[in-house]
Amino acid sequence: MTQPTIQTLNAEALSGRLQQLAQGAGIQQWDLGASCSTDTSVQVDRGEAKQMKGAQRSAITLRVWNGDGLVGITSTSDLSDSGLARALSGARDASAFGNAEETPAFSPLATAPLAPLDQPLHQPQPILNLLDTLKQAERQLLDRHIAIGTVPYNGLAQRSSERLYLNSEGACRHQTLTTASLYLYARAEEAGRKPRSSGAVRLAYGTAELDIAGCIEEAAERTIAHLDYAPIETGYYTCVFSPEAFLDLIGAFSSLFNARAVLDGVSLSHRDSLGDSVAVPFLSIRDNGLHPGNVGASAFDGEGTPTAPLDLVAGGVLKNFLHSEATARAFGVAPTGHAGMGAKVSVGADWFEIGVTPGSGGGQQGLDRLNHSGPVVVIDSLSALHAGVKASQGSFSLPFDGWLVEGGISRSIEAATVAGDIRTVMKAIVGFEGLAKITPDGLCPYVWVEGLSITGEA
Amino acid sequence: MLRLEGLLASGKAAGADLVEIFLERTDHLGVLAEQDTITSVSPAFGMGAGIRVFLGDRDGFVSTNDLSDRGLMQALEQALGMLGLSHSSSNSSPFEGLQVMRDFAAAKLDWLDSCPSLAEATLKLLEGTCRLEHHGRHLQARRGSYSRDWQSVLVAASDGTFARDIRLHQSLGLNVLAADGDHRAGLGRRYGTSDRPDDLRHWDADAAAQDVCSSVGTMLYADYVEAGQMPAVLANRFGGVIFHEACGHLLETTQVERGTTPFAEMVGQAIAHEAVTAIDEGLSDGAFGSLSMDDEGMEPQRTVLIENGVLKRFLSDRAGELRTGHSRTGSGRRQGHSFAAASRMRNTFIAAGPHTPEQLIGSVDKGLYCKSMGGGSVGPTGQFNFAVEEGYLIENGQLTKPVKGATLIGEAKEVMPRISMCANDLELAAGFCGSVSGSIFVTVGQPHIKVDSITVGGR
Repeated sequence: MTQPTIQTLNAEALSGRLQQLAQGAGIQQWDLGASCSTDTSVQVDRGEAKQMKGAQRSAITLRVWNGDGLVGITSTSDLSDSGLARALSGARDASAFGNAEETPAFSPLATAPLAPLDQPLHQPQPILNLLDTLKQAERQLLDRHIAIGTVPYNGLAQRSSERLYLNSEGACRHQTLTTASLYLYARAEEAGRKPRSSGAVRLAYGTAELDIAGCIEEAAERTIAHLDYAPIETGYYTCVFSPEAFLDLIGAFSSLFNARAVLDGVSLSHRDSLGDSVAVPFLSIRDNGLHPGNVGASAFDGEGTPTAPLDLVAGGVLKNFLHSEATARAFGVAPTGHAGMGAKVSVGADWFEIGVTPGSGGGQQGLDRLNHSGPVVVIDSLSALHAGVKASQGSFSLPFDGWLVEGGISRSIEAATVAGDIRTVMKAIVGFEGLAKITPDGLCPYVWVEGLSITGEA
Repeated sequence: MLRLEGLLASGKAAGADLVEIFLERTDHLGVLAEQDTITSVSPAFGMGAGIRVFLGDRDGFVSTNDLSDRGLMQALEQALGMLGLSHSSSNSSPFEGLQVMRDFAAAKLDWLDSCPSLAEATLKLLEGTCRLEHHGRHLQARRGSYSRDWQSVLVAASDGTFARDIRLHQSLGLNVLAADGDHRAGLGRRYGTSDRPDDLRHWDADAAAQDVCSSVGTMLYADYVEAGQMPAVLANRFGGVIFHEACGHLLETTQVERGTTPFAEMVGQAIAHEAVTAIDEGLSDGAFGSLSMDDEGMEPQRTVLIENGVLKRFLSDRAGELRTGHSRTGSGRRQGHSFAAASRMRNTFIAAGPHTPEQLIGSVDKGLYCKSMGGGSVGPTGQFNFAVEEGYLIENGQLTKPVKGATLIGEAKEVMPRISMCANDLELAAGFCGSVSGSIFVTVGQPHIKVDSITVGGR
């Protein structure tokens, strides 16, 4: 069968073409983010191919500075000469409306050395191989329990990608990457009872490296563990967040650490919040896009600044904000490698490491959800974060899948929401249970939080 | 056309049952105003093709930005290869050629040029943020955003389908964050239309700002809602998101294919209270989910989903018809060329009933009035949830205190029979829906409705 042609970006040629077009248009200063990727993916349904997809994508985002120093931007998927010329013209037109009060500049770190990343490149597998692999995985998951009738959400995908950052002062960043992902989300139903579902995800640098057996095992365990369910009484409970759930919660409130949000007045933090106590004195939150567990890490951000670790909270104290070039300049610090690219540059976290601050004692020791004197609610996964989180207000009200553990017996909760305020949560952490686990969003142990409001249907 | 016919003929000659080509060009403009400054102008344009090949009830789909002859042929060959087919150099093909083009675009060629200029759009947005400052108190952040999406599409398929269209969607939003000591409230409203190049010019910035400021002013000092089971009255317009999330998605054939809808075998049976009639259509003039043709070249219909509580039919696309037997409804939709079309909602609403909104509220002793809804979602077992952006307690048939932090959760199968009263004030609201074929423009809508009992998450 025909294999997809892997697209590539020629940095030198692209830079040369753009330099020529810019000179012709009288533009002295510009920068460019470009990417291209080739993807293949499959989905299956009870032993049959459900969908097979392939995609070749390319895109550039071009920024120009006009004669008044104002910035304009345009994005396009058309990398032809005419496409680049149109993008340049569009960016120049947009620059007439650039924000004179806050003009981005090139990152002073756009040519600084990049940290080496161990990211082995893998050749893509033929799509029919992916299909066979996923069919087998689905079969094994279906065979794990008689109640598991379907795996309605599943997918095996692989990607070869390339990204570039260039600017008119000669910065040239380039990264190539291959990644693969597998997700299995099973649905189980027993006679006379409601359907239950759960799943698992795995990422790797190539399909052959995916932990398929682990994904099947985790999806099966999680789904089976929800078969025996009961409603929960509404009330206040000690909750134990799984690593995935706590990382989701912190991620949803990452505007706490975001200098862009601080400057825009939509963060719970303020310019002078650094040094404030925001959490229990043993909590540490670090952003570390370079952690080996962060599959597909970017070596540099949208402005070419190298990715680097950054302490956000240590000993419960807010230590640093995430920055772009413009926000860093406003705060008088160096960019941290967390910028996107835009007329107004966005800022975002990479990958969190959450755990104990060294030397802090680490909170209550020996926590064990299965051997706890009182009832605890284990929050395994949170849903609908886009709807239930008010990041600028601190509040959340989120549906979750989880278990009520009482006297060592764990029973799935039929349907419930957990609600609270992130500021209260960070100060109500009791301690951590177990070793930190690597997930697609970060590294975190189980996190115990007391006194959260749970709404159930009992 | 010859180029497309050549590709379609090649696909058929290789043994495909059907080959479909979707070509797209897009032109997007996004503008953001913060406080009294334009802080972002983001133009974007793109192009691409999606090629889908069917063999039996299986399909392969490949998208590409490379619209050269070589790029399109490679995409076709890759899609054929997914189904174990290979391109043949044979000249014999069962393809009989394309039909005469149905050209819905012809009357819309000047739409992009007729839209407000960038200068006009920025002035209008700044008027909006200025009116927010005028009407609001304790405003910490004021934002206005404008988005214009122009899309030119062409669909050609080996069954002869040949059609093109131009779509235009514009939306405007105002958002505020108010803060007073420890009290904080954030709120926004979005307004959107399709196929009306002039629409931004008619937007009443003052009325929109007044509406947002009035709501955020009320919510700023609201207490958290007390959690529990209670009756709820949901306001019209965006309140329709409850039906969209709770039931609408379960009436798409993509859910039948997956086995994730409890309604799969229930056509002709009661699935909702007899007060409920629900419709999905793509025809309402200017509505966000209206279309001249869907993304498979079929003209949209008015589809009655539920009539007096009885399930009448599902929304279906080409693949849905093939795999589930439900005939197509002009509901094959996708965000763009990189997604295969799937059965998706268009303008979806609960029909008006006989009551007044006051009668619904008056029938509740203690419950929740949801004036404005935030986003929501539905899970693989049919469990839905959505946030209440602006809520009030109902006590003894009267609206009393504002409350915040409420989330409505439930399951469609259980909640639909509890929608016991519908008012006579149906209105629609523009929104976006994200699902298997990407993010698309939709309309939700309903009159005021009463749900006899629903779980309200809170504190």
